[in-house]
Amino acid sequence: MREFGYQRAGDVSGAVALIAADPDARYLGGGTNLVDLMKAGVERPARLVDVRELPLDGIEPTPEGGLRIGATVTNSDLAAHPEVRRRYPALTQAVLAGASGQLRNMATVGGNLLQRTRCGYFTDLSKPCNKRAPGSGCPAVTGEHHNHAILGATDHCVAVHPSDMGVALAALDAAVTYETSDRQGKSPIADFYLPVGDTPHRETALPPGALITGVVLPPAPVAARSRYRKVRERASYAFAIASVAAALDVEDGVVRDARLAFGAVASRPWRARAAESVLIGAPADGTTFGTAADAELAAARPLPDNGYKVTLVRNLVVAVLTELAEEAAR
Amino acid sequence: MAPAPSSTSSAVTLNINGEKHQLTVDHRTTLLDALRERLDLTGTKKGCDQGQCGACTVLVDGRRAVACLNLAVAAEGREITTIEGLAEGDRLHPVQQAFLDLDGYQCGYCTPGQICSAIAVIEEHAAGWPSAATEDVRPEAGPPPLTPEEIRERMSGNLCRCGAYVSIVQAVARAAEAHGEADTESAKETAA
Amino acid sequence: MTTATTGRTEVKGAVGTAHTRVEGRDKVTGAARYAGEVPFADLAHGWLALSTVARGRVRSIDTDAVLGMPGVLAVLHHGNAPRVDTDYIGLLGIPPDPTAAVFQDDRVPHAGWPVALVVAETPEQAREAAEALVVTYDEEPHDTALTSDHPGAYPADGHMPAETEKGDLAAGLASSAFVVDEEYTTPEEHHSMMEPHAATALWDGGRLEVIDSNQGATWVQTELAKMFSLDESAVRVRSEHIGGGFGSKGLRAHQVSAVMAATVLHRPVRVVMTRRQMFSLAGYRSPTAQRVRLGADGDGRLRALEHRSLNQTSTVYEFVEPGAGVARVMYDADAHRTANHVVRLDVPSPTFMRAPGEAPGSFAIESALDELAERCGLDPIELRLRNEPEAGPVSGLPFSSRNLAACFREGARRFGWAERDPRPGMRRNGRWLLGTGTAAASFGAGAGPSTALLTAEADGTFTVRIAAADLGTGARTALTLVAADALEVTPERVRVRIGDSDFGPAMIAGGSMGTRSWAWAITEAARDLRERLALGTTVPPEGITVRSDTTAALGALAQKERHSFGAQFAEVAVDTATGEVRVRRMLGIFAAGRIVNPLTARNQLVGGMIWGISMALHEEAVRDRSTGGLYAPDLAGYHVATHADVGDIDADWVEDHDPDDPVGIKGVGEIGIVGAAAAVANAVWHATGVRHRSLPIRPDRVLSATAPTAGGGADA
Repeated sequence: MREFGYQRAGDVSGAVALIAADPDARYLGGGTNLVDLMKAGVERPARLVDVRELPLDGIEPTPEGGLRIGATVTNSDLAAHPEVRRRYPALTQAVLAGASGQLRNMATVGGNLLQRTRCGYFTDLSKPCNKRAPGSGCPAVTGEHHNHAILGATDHCVAVHPSDMGVALAALDAAVTYETSDRQGKSPIADFYLPVGDTPHRETALPPGALITGVVLPPAPVAARSRYRKVRERASYAFAIASVAAALDVEDGVVRDARLAFGAVASRPWRARAAESVLIGAPADGTTFGTAADAELAAARPLPDNGYKVTLVRNLVVAVLTELAEEAAR
Repeated sequence: MAPAPSSTSSAVTLNINGEKHQLTVDHRTTLLDALRERLDLTGTKKGCDQGQCGACTVLVDGRRAVACLNLAVAAEGREITTIEGLAEGDRLHPVQQAFLDLDGYQCGYCTPGQICSAIAVIEEHAAGWPSAATEDVRPEAGPPPLTPEEIRERMSGNLCRCGAYVSIVQAVARAAEAHGEADTESAKETAA
Repeated sequence: MTTATTGRTEVKGAVGTAHTRVEGRDKVTGAARYAGEVPFADLAHGWLALSTVARGRVRSIDTDAVLGMPGVLAVLHHGNAPRVDTDYIGLLGIPPDPTAAVFQDDRVPHAGWPVALVVAETPEQAREAAEALVVTYDEEPHDTALTSDHPGAYPADGHMPAETEKGDLAAGLASSAFVVDEEYTTPEEHHSMMEPHAATALWDGGRLEVIDSNQGATWVQTELAKMFSLDESAVRVRSEHIGGGFGSKGLRAHQVSAVMAATVLHRPVRVVMTRRQMFSLAGYRSPTAQRVRLGADGDGRLRALEHRSLNQTSTVYEFVEPGAGVARVMYDADAHRTANHVVRLDVPSPTFMRAPGEAPGSFAIESALDELAERCGLDPIELRLRNEPEAGPVSGLPFSSRNLAACFREGARRFGWAERDPRPGMRRNGRWLLGTGTAAASFGAGAGPSTALLTAEADGTFTVRIAAADLGTGARTALTLVAADALEVTPERVRVRIGDSDFGPAMIAGGSMGTRSWAWAITEAARDLRERLALGTTVPPEGITVRSDTTAALGALAQKERHSFGAQFAEVAVDTATGEVRVRRMLGIFAAGRIVNPLTARNQLVGGMIWGISMALHEEAVRDRSTGGLYAPDLAGYHVATHADVGDIDADWVEDHDPDDPVGIKGVGEIGIVGAAAAVANAVWHATGVRHRSLPIRPDRVLSATAPTAGGGADA
């Protein structure tokens, strides 16, 4: 870890100004990913601007009937918030499925969106990685990749996004708000993460120096019946090998509305719109759920050792939607 | 060796176990290294230094956190409680006592982190926080009972390679029970 | 001055009753100091720089740039480090792993080999300088892949003969009614104890002092003395609290490089391994490729048994993971063949890891037994009981005691085995398929020569000094109880001091032999001391000290098959839609000699069983073939079981007593893991009908496994 400067920002504009003045500076939130990457030598900022004490730690209702979640709200506070638990239970479940109690107390919503992949090539300076060192190659394609992407990847990078929270946010049509030195902006989460293409090191649509100020959840009555299921290689405290966030509104045995997103299958939380269009208007049964999953997974391009993820995601979709449908029928 | 403040180090005051410590820290110094290398508070353990084991768990403003991913300079202004700050004189904290009585450890290296984590688990549960083991997270469902399954999920950020998990969970359950009883009693006293 | 008394009639036996740990208070308050936590004035910090290539030579090390960085004091490497001697036989009767003898030449035998130590005033400075150090290499092609048919494989002895053979295997198999012939694999596994290896070295008045975390203070002391050509009396190693060892904490790069730096800089130097460094510097359990062939007659009696095991070792050191050894103890057949082979690869040296040989070997043979039971249509316990040998299958020697059948009977009763429907894939609870499995366990019960000092103090208390190590085993407490009983006083009057090489030679904490070896020495010393005190001797202010040495007593022990035994039971739940496997319940019943402290012994046995769960379901270090290094070598990439993975686990024991041990101890450190992974895998078969012969049973492997067909099993 190289030496660096440290400043605590008192307000948003001050934080943005400090970063704008120094291209080697980074915002420091909970530090759970950034400090780790600095120890690994993957991140080598010249200066940290600590934004944890900015007044962005509220969760408030929006006039439209949704929720605005401040960027420095911790994962723990987000998961425990009564309105989140009542209106978006899948979001609480997703956050609680991630990391550990200690890390959730530290990690912030803004930082969670920006966390980097846990691909073992990315985090190891002794190995090539296009995301960390553009042009050096992607050894995962022919090397260890049993937990790599099956959707949207390219030969340049097959890493997956590690966030659980992001998967629920993708299903819930959340939008990310940010601020730069000259404007405030808002990006739907569908546009927030960039396609991998041949530039895997460019991950988000955030303008340079922008500070994430929060996340806006639109009203989503469908989310009142929603779930997050995560599969990992131990029962807790591990990153996903696949996850599903789902919301389902069923009336008279027919799907009225549905939301579906997958985790740990792509470089970003994967909104399953093809599956949703199969679901909406169809009978709420196992056949529909399987067909919906297949529609989304038709685009899957598994590598030699991660083809199981296609089966796993399909099974998860059917299982979670079936549970939600049974709950609705009760 | 204490460096002088510069663009890459700062003079800070750290509030640890109710005591204020003034020191100059290299910005690279984590809270964990400040405790262990600078303040001789070696009870907080370094197991992985990467947030992957929980051995360095301390309480920051009453909430559990890993000290290895907290920078010391960023910890200024916060109240830090370490394993050394839990007992009152010779009287162990009830969680410490339960770990001792039920053999909730073997080598002892993950123990301070497990104990700090357990104290927070009991508080988090008392505050009504759900966990990944909670079947229904909606507030209407009410707080889940602190079953062994709930304790296991909530304690999962603390690895114990010796595999003392069974007795650790028993110790947490015993301490939680005592905590609950204490709550009930103090509620009775207040009501009276 | 007082007169010491022992042997008061009101003193009850302490051995066999539950006692909380004597150092427990220090451990729960954070007062217990581990190796990297003892403060020294003027302490400098060393940081190891490791090779990024898997094979080759160091071409250059750019020390100048780094020596100019803030706080940097020295850069040690093969061009300037003190020379050491590696041509010796150590305390354990084996030569040192040259991996520990750092910076002696320019060869790089594996990825993550130490190429330099950067020493600086602060850890932050040392770390940055080590990371900034530019090292170039002449790289050579590497081979890091263990395959079952690797052409470089050869038989190797290790701590037992490589091969044993009797009878005609081919004929035995040909004449068998039922045959199992399968391959089993286990992956590279790492000890991953919570406390990283740490050592502080300093010269104090011409004497080398090392504060270390190790499994034997005199072991490391004598190795350092030999390596640095010093008189043993000129080296003192202390290791009071140890944050887990499991076989990994012997002589390693951290102590040797710390001693070199302290010698060069004339000030105390501490070297601590990072978690990532431990994955290439601290040893590991080799992956194994095993083949088991079993042939049985119509009623399940074995006619032929073959167990072959292959493991990898480094190009600089031969370490054998003797997976085939377990069959030499457990099962007999007229035709019986076992073989341990190794292959040298461009990988770090593997080492002892909890139940070396037995842990992976029992997975293979106890899985194969389960497969044989299925084929014979016999209950797996009944199959094992029918094959209980009268004497050592290979040695022909009698067993000191073999209470395996009692373990199975007691375990079956408590686990509810009798109600088990043997058919696989029959039980469902929601999304989970349920199954149960069992396996047998054994581990050698040995002892090593030890000395102990025992002092009757003037205040009526007693002090034991012995270079024992308490890795979390509870040894300090167990020895307190043993000493109390031997002196016939209450444990409160006994103080046990351990972890200091100045206390004299003693067995290491390893091979499940520590407590037994040390207890023997303490018992002998107590006998002598009681004789002295029985004469009515007045205790002077400095006390009366006696010294014991068990070398002669151990040498006089009759040759026997001496082992602990056990029966493992597991209940698992498998979601075949997601591949998740959960161990809901486990019970281990052991015949492991006399149990000194039931509280800590149960904890340790259960801990071993949890290692078995972790081995069965989680642990796997993946080597990246292109770079030859590990993929994601940290505790997020290498999963060990956490709280949520561990259901209702219990361990208990049956009456067992080593007739030739003064206390009756056998040892409980390793037997808990033996057979545990097989019991889990057998339960997964029972739940799903799918055999998993490669560990760990990860979700992807469950999902990729062939679905069971009606009337037959399936393989994974």
